[in-house]
Amino acid sequence: QDDNWGETTTVVTGTSEHSISHDDLSRIAKDMEESARLGCWRHVGASLAGALALLSFLTPLAFVLLPQLLWREELEPCGTPCEGLFLSVAFKLLILLLGSWALFFRRPAAALPRVFVFRALLMVLVLLLVLSYWLFYGVRVLEARERRYGAVVQYAASLVDALLFVHYLAVLLLELRQLQPQFTLKAVRSADGASRFYNVGHLSIQRAAVWILENYYQDFPVYNPALLNLPKSVLAKKMSGFKVYSLGEGELPPASPSPPRPRPLRVPLGPHHQPHQPMCHHGVPLGPRCHPPVPPPCPARLVVAVEEAFTHIKRLQEEEQKNPREIMDPREAAQAIFASMARAMQKYLRTTKQQPYHTMESILQHLEFCITHDMTPKVRAGLGPRGNRRYLSAGPTIQYHKERWLAKQWTLVSEEPVTNGLRDGVVFVLKRQDFSLVVSAKKLPFLKLSEEFVDPKSHKFVMRLQSETSV
Amino acid sequence: QSQYSVILFSFQQRIEIHKLRQGDNLILGFSIGGGIDQDPTQNPFSEDKTDKGIYVTRVTEGGPAEVAGLQIGDKIMQVNGWDMTMVTHDQARKRLTKRNEEVVRLLVTRQSLQKAVQQSMMS
Repeated sequence: QDDNWGETTTVVTGTSEHSISHDDLSRIAKDMEESARLGCWRHVGASLAGALALLSFLTPLAFVLLPQLLWREELEPCGTPCEGLFLSVAFKLLILLLGSWALFFRRPAAALPRVFVFRALLMVLVLLLVLSYWLFYGVRVLEARERRYGAVVQYAASLVDALLFVHYLAVLLLELRQLQPQFTLKAVRSADGASRFYNVGHLSIQRAAVWILENYYQDFPVYNPALLNLPKSVLAKKMSGFKVYSLGEGELPPASPSPPRPRPLRVPLGPHHQPHQPMCHHGVPLGPRCHPPVPPPCPARLVVAVEEAFTHIKRLQEEEQKNPREIMDPREAAQAIFASMARAMQKYLRTTKQQPYHTMESILQHLEFCITHDMTPKVRAGLGPRGNRRYLSAGPTIQYHKERWLAKQWTLVSEEPVTNGLRDGVVFVLKRQDFSLVVSAKKLPFLKLSEEFVDPKSHKFVMRLQSETSV
Repeated sequence: QSQYSVILFSFQQRIEIHKLRQGDNLILGFSIGGGIDQDPTQNPFSEDKTDKGIYVTRVTEGGPAEVAGLQIGDKIMQVNGWDMTMVTHDQARKRLTKRNEEVVRLLVTRQSLQKAVQQSMMS
């Protein structure tokens, strides 16, 4: 018997129906716990903020009304100054209401993993303010039964002023501070190397991540695994070499002298696991799957098919009298034309491997859009100038249908706490299942501008010719 | 009364170049620069930077000009009797490349020539 069996044996393992990989396990656990936590936290935060806002809004009203309700007879009458104050309180409260609606009551673009520091700070500030006002009110006015009503109204008006200033601070901290560009963020997609640069101001890491993602959906061409020219078996399952087995009773042969060696199954390892295979000239391992690169298909046939299809319909003019059965709305018109150009379009999409991204529904919607707005056939075929090549090349991710965006769940991976501000040299990663975005920050240089005065009369010129001719 | 006779030394050399036929063209085998319409301060060969004369800027190896003894930096004073000290660049080119002439006789002056004569006079 070989005592060192454990140390000297290498076993090539594959997948079987009883095993799931380590990645799957961790992913399932994480999904379950995260979705519960984030949903809860978002609602708690929002409701807290709402309650605080309501409290601070009603407080000045309470301050003004309570003396009237409780000891009306003892109050000194208060003439013009009070009325002026009432008006100003009313209008300031209205302005505060509108301002809060504009600033805070927006559907948040993202659910951040950690507390948004500035917002929490502002909430604490408002809470402290309101509490201290209530404290003084309780002691000075309620207990002492203050008779000068004018003073009470002035007190309430000062609270409203303070709240307006807090709102001003909120505008500065939440909106204005990050406008001046301070950092350049470079976002690189790990799968295919597409990269973009963005200029941002002072933001925390998590807010910068949200900013990057908002621009990602608009700027980056959609991630198309089919275009990577890898064999399908590699793309279908990207697993690490670490597998989890469930060993049943009957699987191990009892007391075998030689170590059990399972036959190596066909393991879909990534390309970096096959270093010794001779490579084709464009990176695909040689074998039956290696084929020379296909030249991009010519879109002319598609345009012709689309143009022909569109000659069959025309916009109904007002004066023309037509049989009601013949009149179609844009949707029906789109369906009618689709049939005649379907074949050309399908063939084109298949050769450019964009099939998964364009369902029939999305194509019909696009046709409907073009018909309604009288676009030329080039737009209909999606062949416009660089920005509008809908079907020719992969467009930005956001133009595809919702289900095709392929997940809105991103994970922020960072070495520093994500509420830290951006600094020069900070790197964080936004991970998704099949690829990740690596973002690195660099500080924009401090620009030193100096001035130089140029006298307009100093612009004088002479001819400078120096030719050399060979004879 | 004394009479002074001044002997003027002209530091000039006569060079006779036989044009070489290449296909349809007759070439001389050198390049010229300068002219009254050009910028004289950019001339690397002239001693006086206001000199707008025609200078030889390049001589092709083995060409008819090199064989005849033309050197780079020579200032061309005359071509076949035509003056070249007050011509434009294009006029100079035309005078050198007349199609019906197979031989051009140049009158050139050279700084090294001047220096050689001066040195021999002083010694």
